[in-house]
Amino acid sequence: MAGLKRYLPVLACALCAFLLPPLFAAANAAYLLTQLTMSAYYALASLGLCALMGYAGQISLGQAGFFAIGAYASAFISKSDPSISPWIACACAVLLAALVAALIGTPVLRLKGHYLAMATLGFGIIIEKIARGTKSLGGADGLSGVSPFAILPGLVVTGGKAARAANFSIAWVVLALGLLALVNLVNSRAGRALRALRDGEEAAGAMGIDIAGYKLKVFVIGAVYAAVAGVLLTRYDGSIGPGEASFVKSVRYVAIVAVGGMDNLTGTLVAGIVLNFLSLRGIFGKYDDAVFGLILVAVMLFAPEGRALRRAARAALAARTGRPRSAAGAPQDRGKGAAE
Amino acid sequence: MPHAFLLQYFFPGLIYGSIYAAVAIGFNIIYNATGIINFAQGEFAMLGGMIASTLAGLLPLWLAVAAAVALTAMSGVAVERVFLRRIARGGVLKMIVTTIGLSILIREAALLAWGESVRTLPFFSGNEVSSVSFLGANFSPQVFWVAGATALIVAGLTAFFKFTLTGKAMRGCSADRDGASLCGIDPDRMVAMAFGMSAGIGALAGCVVAPLTQTHYAIGATLAIKGFTVAAFGGLGNSGAAVIAGLALGMLESYSTILIPEAYKDAVAICVLLVVLFAKPTGLFGSRAASLKEF
Repeated sequence: MAGLKRYLPVLACALCAFLLPPLFAAANAAYLLTQLTMSAYYALASLGLCALMGYAGQISLGQAGFFAIGAYASAFISKSDPSISPWIACACAVLLAALVAALIGTPVLRLKGHYLAMATLGFGIIIEKIARGTKSLGGADGLSGVSPFAILPGLVVTGGKAARAANFSIAWVVLALGLLALVNLVNSRAGRALRALRDGEEAAGAMGIDIAGYKLKVFVIGAVYAAVAGVLLTRYDGSIGPGEASFVKSVRYVAIVAVGGMDNLTGTLVAGIVLNFLSLRGIFGKYDDAVFGLILVAVMLFAPEGRALRRAARAALAARTGRPRSAAGAPQDRGKGAAE
Repeated sequence: MPHAFLLQYFFPGLIYGSIYAAVAIGFNIIYNATGIINFAQGEFAMLGGMIASTLAGLLPLWLAVAAAVALTAMSGVAVERVFLRRIARGGVLKMIVTTIGLSILIREAALLAWGESVRTLPFFSGNEVSSVSFLGANFSPQVFWVAGATALIVAGLTAFFKFTLTGKAMRGCSADRDGASLCGIDPDRMVAMAFGMSAGIGALAGCVVAPLTQTHYAIGATLAIKGFTVAAFGGLGNSGAAVIAGLALGMLESYSTILIPEAYKDAVAICVLLVVLFAKPTGLFGSRAASLKEF
């Protein structure tokens, strides 16, 4: 049973996918589903970064770049030749992101610390500048009027009121599947290898772990998650702009993983949904970007072990039940390595 | 007259190169003192230009610039005191994430304070139409101020680290923190000073180029990455090399616009960064030992 517990968040996502639309409809709040759909895609991109940054300890400030590669490539292919099946356009876009990640990952991942952060930041800015400066990609306006993506007949990724509930289900099922794959990954031999190389690269290498190979694979996986999110969100929105590739967006993904607890997929999932939903609802107003900067600084100052969310949740529970609650079954050393 | 045509690109290269060099020097001072790369470095140059542009309406220009430099230096000290000192032993990833968060906060604070509009400073001598002719190329006299300020920064820093007791104490601290504190040097004070100096230099550079390049709340991130490119290109910690590397990058960017559309100018600089990092992370003039510090 203990082994199955880790699948609870996956199950929760899958249940949300089908239970929330009728619930929200009954509560006359179906309009919230739009932002929750978008949040799911952003959370998916954050999950990819969580594997890379939280578990493998490799910081990336270029996650938004891969999101934009997927988004722009699929939009560009479909717009330049509408007769191409969106399946092919989307697959090509994700493949392109994976290819770019594999190509750039080999030299980038040889770097460490500040150099790795700067190189990935540079990569993200290059993608943004290319998107902004290229006429066929729409320049500063981006691409709009991107055609919907019919996954199956009757199951179409598109905006609009009629498709709202169905699209919410699509997004959350995709999110659940993405989470499932990562839960399996981090609890496998490969996942242990990733944590080992994070905690001590030389030691992991001495144990026979293929450090360069694992780093590259998890970098590509992170890029694929971002690209899939970019592809689907663009089909849902019908448009994409260069702002999606910006430095601030990449920082958002990092903030979400940090507040989620670094090597904590469930935390990243919850933080990704909640923060993006609040941001999309406009709760933060003109402080939108500042909030994410503040979160980063606050997490580092006050919860450097990466357990911010868990600690806050525990405090809230303790306040509600009136007694301190111990986190049974939660390994205490989690998140430590990533913060070091 | 092709030489005049080519010379026309020289002055923008000089101007941008100078500010990249100043940001790189700021990176180096903090890196030497603490082993941290401060991702908020570009924001200091932005703050300098923005504060000066506001004060220029109230004070004589030279006083506005001096006040902007002093205020930015103080904000640099505050960043160190309030945030970074608390996590001084936290490791590289934490430092990176914290300074990135700070850079976003400073940038958003600037957005709230000054809005999205592009701001500028009056020219230090003459005005926007005055120009100096040289071998058929025309340029603004502000170029002299930019080049002069860069030269002054480098000469001043060299003298400071070589001849003054405080400068020597700072060098002692970066060579061996524990050893320096045994000699009665307070390392915390030295680190705070390093942040102050680094922010002040960034602010001064931000002020002297502001009449020509204008300033905007969002210029920090691009400046930071280009400043880092220059610092890495010259070899982290080596400020003399940073000037050469800065001018080289400025020229490269400027002349690249002959062949490549202007919109890709920034991408060119960052490609240089990637090539440098992949091919020779110790930089052109860097020694292996220097670049391995803290990694």
